Amino acid sequence: MESSHQIDAPFTISVNGNAVEAAEGMSVAAALVRAGLPCRTSVSGEARGPLCGMGICFECAATVDGVPLRRTCQVMCRAGMEIATQ
Amino acid sequence: MNDVRVVVVGAGPGGMAAAAAAAESGCKVTLLDENAAAGGQLWRGASAEAPQTSPHSDQYAQWMKRLKASKAEFLPNSTVVDAPAECVLRVECEGRWQDLRWDRMILATGARERFLPFPGWTLQGVLGVGGLQALVKGGLPITGKRTVVAGTGPLLLAVAAGLNRAGARVLGIFEQATWARLLGFGLTLASHPDKLLEGVGYQWRMRSVPYKAGWWVARAIGQDRLEAVVVSDGHEERRIACDYLACGYHLVPNLELAQLLGCRIDGGYVAVNARQETSVAGVLCVGEPTGIGGLDKALVEGEIAGLAAAGQVGKAAHFQPMQEKMRNFAKRLDETFALRAELRALATAETIVCRCEDVTRGVLENCANGRASKLHTRCGMGPCQARICGPATEFLFGWSASAVRPPIYPASVSTVAADPESQASPPETSEMP
Repeated sequence: MESSHQIDAPFTISVNGNAVEAAEGMSVAAALVRAGLPCRTSVSGEARGPLCGMGICFECAATVDGVPLRRTCQVMCRAGMEIATQ
Repeated sequence: MNDVRVVVVGAGPGGMAAAAAAAESGCKVTLLDENAAAGGQLWRGASAEAPQTSPHSDQYAQWMKRLKASKAEFLPNSTVVDAPAECVLRVECEGRWQDLRWDRMILATGARERFLPFPGWTLQGVLGVGGLQALVKGGLPITGKRTVVAGTGPLLLAVAAGLNRAGARVLGIFEQATWARLLGFGLTLASHPDKLLEGVGYQWRMRSVPYKAGWWVARAIGQDRLEAVVVSDGHEERRIACDYLACGYHLVPNLELAQLLGCRIDGGYVAVNARQETSVAGVLCVGEPTGIGGLDKALVEGEIAGLAAAGQVGKAAHFQPMQEKMRNFAKRLDETFALRAELRALATAETIVCRCEDVTRGVLENCANGRASKLHTRCGMGPCQARICGPATEFLFGWSASAVRPPIYPASVSTVAADPESQASPPETSEMP
């Protein structure tokens, strides 16, 4: 479970049109949390982040490269990836 | 080759052992998993960690070697969505589906964390115990972050130790089980020397971190994001300012596929005989779905199921003393980490219970039962399909899980609607990484 503030081979992904730092081997959910961004807005308007980290809870679900409802904790960042949060 | 087609669902330790044992016995084995690599939750990312930082890396490497040598075929990124016909399993992989035919199916679907609602549990920064661990393994920097670990179960110590290694400032571990229960469990552990050593190792590394038994998180405080948690032992409350709360209440088995297939469930687990066979002909089950018991239980049950699926009943019997020991261990785990009644009173009328549909406890308390709550409030009808709120409403209100219907995971319309006789896109398989 090693990690650090420095990330190797950084690149950016696009989150709702804004550039967010990411790296090889980083999940999209981790990149969002690292940037202080919510993954989604709930039915009643709460800003939500990941809960289970293993693809069960759908709290981290977002549209990834046009595919809706992807569980971002299970999706690895790639340069130029486009994320849209609901 | 003995022409027996074995499909193993789930490539954690139990599924890996089952697939290897069956393939070594000459079966044609397909092992599938939702993730890109085998290893399951326990060995997730073990290959990427330096051996000295993970107690599991060596064992993972050994099992991967055995699995590769066994010639079992691995199907990554594949989610089971339905069993559309007898001995057919429908699997979706990145939007495309295929049907797999099987003579024997081995369910190794693992477990998930149990979550219980408390005020503030939907704030950003509140995650599961395994949840925060997974996110850190997935690249979330945790260095210097003030972190509280709470809930119940052996995972608390293991994850706190891992977070500590990764640089987090672990401010405390709050285990809801009492010392009396934990000490009783410790005596049982003495008959499992490997586990005892592991436990002692964690304790030693964590000796600067307060470990409180008989304490739990009463509420989390913050605006959108977590700012502090309030912990309690029922008499006293303490407020702790923090960046992350990792809170989970032991594990619940993933039973959806077993239920869809009609396997008999007994006391919350899939009922199996000494050969790991379920009540449904040809369907076997191993690991957490037959009783939460961790790594060693999954491995021995996997070996037995793999051999049994191949008809090697005599060889399977060799493992039965260990199997019996691990089943007893699982029972003791359940007793030790049983949930205290005080946890039922944490959620207030305003606290959200169903996070997909934002249904509060107050609304649910007006429902007669789980079925009525689905009809009237949509509780459990969101994308998680009650995987999170189901165990919570069972604990809070005694509602039992309702019947499982396909698709057991959200899937594309074409996947759900296709006729089982039509074959979809050719199977996408890969070599073991």
